[in-house]
Amino acid sequence: MRKYVPKDSVQKKAYYTDRFHVVPSVPTEDVSSDEVFAKQLETLKAKVDVKSASIMIGQMRIEVDHKDNFKAIEILKNECDYAMMTEMSAVDYLAKDGEFEIFYQLLNLKERKRVRVVCRIKEGLAIESIVPLYKAANFAEREMFDMFGIYVNNHPFLKRIIMPDDWEGHPLLKTYPLQGDEFASWYEVDKIFGKEAREAIGPENRDPSRIDRYDTKRFSRVGHEVPFGADISEGEPETPIEYSETFLVNYNASQKQLENRK
Amino acid sequence: MQQPNKLTPFFENLNFEREDNTMVINFGPQHPSAHGQLRLMLELDGEQVVKAHPDIGYLHRGVEKMAENMTYNEFLPTTDRLDYIASTSNNYAYALAVEKLIGLEVPRRAQVIRTMLLEINRLLSHLFFIATHALDVGAMSVFLYAFREREFGMDLMEDYCGARLTHSAVRIGGVPLDIPDGWMIALRKWCDKVDYELEHTYNALLEENRIWKMRLENVGVISPEDALSWGCTGPMLRGSGIPYDIRKEEPYELYSELDFDIPVADTNDSYGRYRLYMAEMKESTKILRQLINMYDDTEPQLMAHAPQYISAPKEEIMTQNYALMQHFVLVTQGMRPPKGEVYVPTESPKGELGFYIKSEGEPYAYRLKCRAPSFFHTGLLQELLVGTYIADVVTIIGSTNIVFGEVDR
Repeated sequence: MRKYVPKDSVQKKAYYTDRFHVVPSVPTEDVSSDEVFAKQLETLKAKVDVKSASIMIGQMRIEVDHKDNFKAIEILKNECDYAMMTEMSAVDYLAKDGEFEIFYQLLNLKERKRVRVVCRIKEGLAIESIVPLYKAANFAEREMFDMFGIYVNNHPFLKRIIMPDDWEGHPLLKTYPLQGDEFASWYEVDKIFGKEAREAIGPENRDPSRIDRYDTKRFSRVGHEVPFGADISEGEPETPIEYSETFLVNYNASQKQLENRK
Repeated sequence: MQQPNKLTPFFENLNFEREDNTMVINFGPQHPSAHGQLRLMLELDGEQVVKAHPDIGYLHRGVEKMAENMTYNEFLPTTDRLDYIASTSNNYAYALAVEKLIGLEVPRRAQVIRTMLLEINRLLSHLFFIATHALDVGAMSVFLYAFREREFGMDLMEDYCGARLTHSAVRIGGVPLDIPDGWMIALRKWCDKVDYELEHTYNALLEENRIWKMRLENVGVISPEDALSWGCTGPMLRGSGIPYDIRKEEPYELYSELDFDIPVADTNDSYGRYRLYMAEMKESTKILRQLINMYDDTEPQLMAHAPQYISAPKEEIMTQNYALMQHFVLVTQGMRPPKGEVYVPTESPKGELGFYIKSEGEPYAYRLKCRAPSFFHTGLLQELLVGTYIADVVTIIGSTNIVFGEVDR
C-alpha cells in the first residue's frame, strides 16, 4: 500500500523518523530573570490580558489575544519605548490547529531590547492593522496578506505586493506546493492568449525552459547523447558514440607501453 | 485612452489623460537607475511628484518557501542570492540565526575570519553604493574608480573562497577554510589602497563638488520620527541622526572587542548619507587592520565541535568510523535543531538583516522569515518621493541603497 501523504501540508517531510526520538526545546527563561522585561510586562499586564510570556534566546515573547494586538503594541510603543517595528509576519498552523500565528518584532533603541508579540488567529478572521502605530507595517502587512491570505482591517491599501494582482492562491500556505499549482503553471498562457489557448499550446509548450527527454535534435540530452534525430520513444538504443578510448597505463612497465603506443 | 489587448492589459489605476492635468508615468521595472526590478508609478503635476506607488515583486523567487523545503545546510547557498552585493553578510546572518537556535559557540579563529569577511563585504557594498549612486547622479568617473577598488576586494574574496559574487563563505558552526598564504598581506595592502583612494579620489571628486552638492543636499530628507516609524535601519537610520548600530548596541561576533566609531549624520538628507557611507568605509578598514593582528593568536580550529549538528573535520571523517557515521546522517537527513523560535538581527551593509526561524524539531525549518532592510526602505519611497521633483527621484532611490534580491526574496 502506498504511504499516506497528508493533503493539508505539502512541506517536505523527513524521510527518516525515530519513534523514540524526543524533540528537545530551546531553553526559555522566566521573565522575572530580566529586570527591564519584567517591568515592561507589568505595564502591559495592567491593561491587556497576556496569555503567556517568556524570554526565548534573549528576547521576550508575549502571547496576547488576536483582538488585543493593536492595544498591546500601542502600550509597548507609548509606555515602554518600543520605537521601531522591525518585522512582522505569520506562521501557518492551519494543518495542526486551524490557526495562523502572527508575530510582531519590536525594538527598543534606548534599552536595546527586543520583544516579540505573538497572537493566534483562526482562518478567515481578520487582524487589526498597526499602520497607525508603525508605518513599516504598511508593506509588511501587505506581504502577509499576499503570502497567507490573512485580511488586515483598516489597512490603507491592502493589495497584493509581491505576487501579481490577479494571482490565485497564497504561496506560503503549507497547502501550496513548492513548484506551484495548476493556476500558476498556466498563468502566462491564460494572461497572454486566454484560457481557450491552453489546449492548443499544451503542457509541453507552455514552459520555454522545459526539457523534453525524447528530443534528440537539440541539447536536451547533454551527457546522455544518442545519434542525431534518433527515435528513442520506445526505449533507448545502446549509444554507438564513444568519446575516448580508455588507455590504462601500467606504471611498472609504462615506458615500454608508451613506446609501443608510439 | 488606453487600448488594451492581450499583450498590453488595461491598468485600472493608471490613466494617462486625466482631467486634473496630472500625468502618470511608469518608472521601471527596466530602468537603469531603478537598482534592479523596481517599478514606480509616479503621478506628476508638472515636474513635481504628487503620488508615488512602488511596485515590487519582479524578482520574487520564493526564497522563504524554498527554505521550508530544504535542510538547514542546503539553504545556506540560497541566502547568497538575497543581497547579492554583499553575500557573506546574508550567509552570516542566516548561520548566526541557526547557531543561536541550537546554542553553538564558534571557535575563535572562525570568528576572526567571519568578522573580516563581513567587513570586506561591507566595503564591497559601500564601494558599490558610491559607484552607482555617483553614476546615477551623473559622475561617471567615480563609478570607474570605485569599481576598480571593488574589483580588488572581490579578488580577495575569490582568493579566500573561490567565488566573487555568491560567496557562501560562512558555514553553520564556523567557516570552511583557513586564510590562504599571503592573503593578510594583500588585505592590508587593499585597506591602505581603499583608505588612500577614499581620501584622494572619491573625496576629492565628490565632497566639495558643486554639482554633487546641488543634487544631494536637502534631497530625500527623512526626519528621525519617519525613519523610526518606517523601520529604517543601518545608514538610513544613522543618516537621520539616530546612532543605532547593531554591531555596537547588540554586539555579535568580535565587535565587542574591536575599537571603532559609529558615524552619524544629522542633516537627514542624501548628502549626509553619502558622507556617512564614506565615514563607515574608513571605520571598516580600521576594523580590518585590528583583525589582522588578532588572527595570529588563535588556535587553528575552524568549525565548532557539536557532533549532533555539525560534521567533524575532514581528517576525522576519513579516519574515524563514528565521525563518518555522523557525517552521513547529517548529509543525508540534515541537522535537527531543537523546537523553538529565534530572531537574530545583524548589521548588514544595508541595515538590519535578521532571520526569524521557527523550528519544530524537523530537519526542515517550519517557517523562515528574512527581515531585509531594503524591503522597508522601499516602503518608505511612497512617502519620501511625494513633493520632490522628477529629477531627484533617481537620487533618492540611489541614496536608499536598495537591492532587489532582498526586497523581493
